[in-house]
Amino acid sequence: MISPDKTNEGARKMFEVCNLSAAYGQSEVLHGIDIAVAPGEIVALVGRNGMGKSTLMKSLIGIMPARTGQIAVDGVDVTPLATHQRVARGLAYVPQGRQIFGTMTVKENIETGLVVRGKRAIPQEIYQLFPILAEFAKRRGGNLSGGQQQQLAIARALASEPKVLLLDEPTEGIQPSIIKDIARLLREIRNIRNLCIVVCEQVLSFVLDVADRIIVMEGGRIVHTDTREHVDEAAIARFLAV
Amino acid sequence: MFGEYSLGELGSILVMQGFAGLILFSVFLLMALGLAIIFGQMGVINMAHGEFMILGAYMTYLCSHLFEAYLPSLYGGYFFAAMIIAFLAAGALGLLVEWALVRRLYARPLDTLLATWGLSLIMQQAFRSTFGAREVGVELPQWMMGSLNVTGSIEVQINGLFVMGLTLLITAAVAVLLFKSKWGLQVRAVVANRTMSGAVGIDTRRIDRLTFGLGCGIAGVAGSAFTMIGSTGPTAGQLYIVDTFLVVVFGGAQSLLGTVASALSISQSQSALEFFLTGSMAKVLTLLMVIGLLMLRPQGLFVLKVRR
Repeated sequence: MISPDKTNEGARKMFEVCNLSAAYGQSEVLHGIDIAVAPGEIVALVGRNGMGKSTLMKSLIGIMPARTGQIAVDGVDVTPLATHQRVARGLAYVPQGRQIFGTMTVKENIETGLVVRGKRAIPQEIYQLFPILAEFAKRRGGNLSGGQQQQLAIARALASEPKVLLLDEPTEGIQPSIIKDIARLLREIRNIRNLCIVVCEQVLSFVLDVADRIIVMEGGRIVHTDTREHVDEAAIARFLAV
Repeated sequence: MFGEYSLGELGSILVMQGFAGLILFSVFLLMALGLAIIFGQMGVINMAHGEFMILGAYMTYLCSHLFEAYLPSLYGGYFFAAMIIAFLAAGALGLLVEWALVRRLYARPLDTLLATWGLSLIMQQAFRSTFGAREVGVELPQWMMGSLNVTGSIEVQINGLFVMGLTLLITAAVAVLLFKSKWGLQVRAVVANRTMSGAVGIDTRRIDRLTFGLGCGIAGVAGSAFTMIGSTGPTAGQLYIVDTFLVVVFGGAQSLLGTVASALSISQSQSALEFFLTGSMAKVLTLLMVIGLLMLRPQGLFVLKVRR
């Protein structure tokens, strides 16, 4: 069923998406997406607005139902599962616009991610990755700046000990100097935990900074795939041009 | 209207009406707590909440009779057993109703309104068929009767003090649950953002069911307390549901402190005005005051301030 990805043939697949399609009512917006990600690989999905990136992310985590196809985490088919069960199987999601729990403290926000593992204490590792969150542990999440909220959203996702981390436009509304930090942070997280990261993004410099492989989406389909080493920057930029 | 009383008498009247208001406040608050956590979390307006309270009241009534018949030596303590039974009965029924009815109607507020209203009618008839249409009174154990004389013209009832103590205890327990427990953490996350709560791994359906059960259970305890200030009849719950909902909306549905403050102000003005005017005029004035304040602050009394 699952088709091998040409660029990663032979490697064990941690995350596999096969022939996934999704629709808003009658209008199909994803047409048969196939993606396979190896452990420790960072894949960037790029494409212009309205090309189906966010929809793909939402159907991967289960906020939006898939119409056809399969999603597998570490060999386990999660397609029929509800969102929280997918999290229990190792998916984690950092949504567009961050969507942290604004009325709850930073500490409590991270704790919501621990629930699914039945834990209560926040691992030191998370505060080491995000020292600012330790400092602001007692503040309300809604009173943090955009970049801090983004870190909080990532920390909350990491608290559920994911095998696959999905990020939807993590650089949206964040100043350029912090964008570099987030790229470094994502690579660091990958190095520590050896998890798969799938990030959808429009900022090309960030994509080139962070990704091992780049997938271009257009009109709800994958139209181009390239590894970081072989990437043709001009070609990708053309796909992103309006 | 104040003319015929001396200043000292007026003071005593205010204190005693204030005390009566505090008892009313206790019942309002216990009812509103359950309604507020259910409404706050699921957006479900439980029109049958008053009937869950009356279920608790009938459980208390049954319990007093059982103790009288089988355990007369422990009669003095029956009220504590009754509260626990009221909580469990109303809570269990709440869990059942959530599973059978409410969870099928999420995100359809008008339908839940209608369905729970229908449920309230069914429950009323069930009470009528089981316990009869006539109101029943619950006899209090000896130690709860009587009153303490504070001064010559001011006396406070012992059962009133007991109800207030109970209310304080339950409110504190709910606050601790909401802000310290794992359940509370999940409830607050779901209140803040339901979709995202699922996506961080919270089983929102399970939390909904627990919350609904707990809210109904607290209504059951409110019913136990209610037996001390009113007589229990099949339709007695209806008299309270509107006031209670007023308390919830006025306080701001997501704030525990707001619920407390609004229950206090509504019950106090109600009770103080009732002494000098008729009951209906007191209600009219209370409603006018609430409407006026809600026009100024549509989000309720207390709202957390954060960036959106």
